[in-house]
Amino acid sequence: MLQIENIHLNFNGNPILNGINLQISKGEIHGILGANGTGKSTLAYVLMGLEGYRTTSGRIIFGNEDITSLPLSDRARRGITLAWQEPARFEGLTVTEYLSLSRTKGGGSLSPGVCLEQVGLSPSVYLNRLVDQALSGGERKRIELASVLAMRPKLAILDEPDSGIDALSLDQVMEVIRSLAKGGSSVVLITHHEQVALIADRASSLCAGMILKTASPEEVARFFRNHCRECPHINRPEEELIGNV
Amino acid sequence: MFDYSAEFEAITSAYEQSGGDASVFSDKESASLVVSGNKILASNSIPGIKIEDEETETGARARVIVEPGIQIASPVHLCFGVIPKEGLQEIFSEFEIGEGANVSFVAHCSFPNALRVRHLMEAKVNVGQGAKMTYSETHFHGQKGGTVVMPRTEVKVATGGLFCNQFRLVTGSVGRLDLDLTAELGEKAVCDLEAKVYGKREDKIRLKESIYLNGAWSRGLVKSRIVVSERAQSEVLGEVIGNGPHTRGHVDCLEIVQGNEAQAKAVPLLQVVDETAKLTHEAAVGSVDKKQVQTLMARGLTETEAVETVVRGLLR
Repeated sequence: MLQIENIHLNFNGNPILNGINLQISKGEIHGILGANGTGKSTLAYVLMGLEGYRTTSGRIIFGNEDITSLPLSDRARRGITLAWQEPARFEGLTVTEYLSLSRTKGGGSLSPGVCLEQVGLSPSVYLNRLVDQALSGGERKRIELASVLAMRPKLAILDEPDSGIDALSLDQVMEVIRSLAKGGSSVVLITHHEQVALIADRASSLCAGMILKTASPEEVARFFRNHCRECPHINRPEEELIGNV
Repeated sequence: MFDYSAEFEAITSAYEQSGGDASVFSDKESASLVVSGNKILASNSIPGIKIEDEETETGARARVIVEPGIQIASPVHLCFGVIPKEGLQEIFSEFEIGEGANVSFVAHCSFPNALRVRHLMEAKVNVGQGAKMTYSETHFHGQKGGTVVMPRTEVKVATGGLFCNQFRLVTGSVGRLDLDLTAELGEKAVCDLEAKVYGKREDKIRLKESIYLNGAWSRGLVKSRIVVSERAQSEVLGEVIGNGPHTRGHVDCLEIVQGNEAQAKAVPLLQVVDETAKLTHEAAVGSVDKKQVQTLMARGLTETEAVETVVRGLLR
């Protein structure tokens, strides 16, 4: 479904992504585990094709098509979407409208109410609320996930979907991610929490814009625990760890 | 001879185009006033709300008196406008809201054919002790930008009173809008001002809204949402003055500029006189927020659709 071939991204001459290679299958949840500042969100933006996040080199193949040079809207039309770590707020736009436009443009079949129920928000309380500053961070995150559900994308890039979510609701969020994959969506699950990465089918550890290891989520979580959690040299991994894929 | 019936039909038709329901003017249970040019076409007082009106050479005078303690569920409907391409309408109005009363006004101002029309309003508002008044004004303009709209409003809110004003001009092209509103608040009084304006073509928009927090513990909010496109220009001056102790005020201004030729300016002014007053402001002037647009584009909208969705929401 998604093939990332040796992508690099430099900002002002500084390398942010350093030759990332990944393959993600249809319906696979692929965890990207990394500490702060390792390039996780940048990878998400590069995959989504946000302005200013064009690869310096390398290729992104989606389906059988090279989408490296495609802009954001063309990628979205091909079924790729992104849920931001801190989603935007919209004055005057109701939750119903927000979820409906995702559904209409993406071609999903779930109603806004059903999507809200799946993320643990009561439709009677939230459908007429505005997607604005009055929502708490956790509510906004769950509505973002509901909008991904409404779109039913081929590839969902979820940037730290667990951040801002209370412990009681976390299982529900994880279940929604599983249901996305069961429905055929591939998921890039970006997180810095090992226990969240454990719901993935496979996972990769990211450091300094490099994939240090790709394996089962348990193995990658162990690797992350042993090498990254207490990393004394953020973004400068030891030589022997590089290429340990 | 002036054809009142035809004029009434024309102004209420424009009223409906601006989103109003003209059937309210035949409802004898609702207080209402319809003024087209300098003709008073309908005026209805109800128990507790008295409307005194008179025609003048260039418009009308109206005095609205709401008795103390009156709680009115349905709003008072006001309809002003000029139907011909040219004309002048001057409205002088006074609103006396009695102690403990609760009343809302829905006003529509329509200028569908304006090429050279002036619409001048001078309003004095007194909100009595513990009374609540909400005034919601929606404008409807044609596409020619041929109107000068100049509302001048002075508001006094007594102890524990509430005044909410919503001004909305998002349909058509106005020409020139110069709005000036000043509110003086007594102890524990509250004032919320909200203006939403969409400037197009050569529109020149100037909003000056000031709240004087004179009474202790009074609160005020000046909120504006402005979008200017083509060659339109906007200037928003939001003022809050904290004269009284423990007063709280906030100015919240967001102006969006679409295109290279439109211009926007925001001037928030906060003045603390009493040291226990606390005033804050936020102002953003520029293009539509990139993250909002990208979020909608990531759901499959084109960039144009995404910008339209953001702007529509802001001006709603």
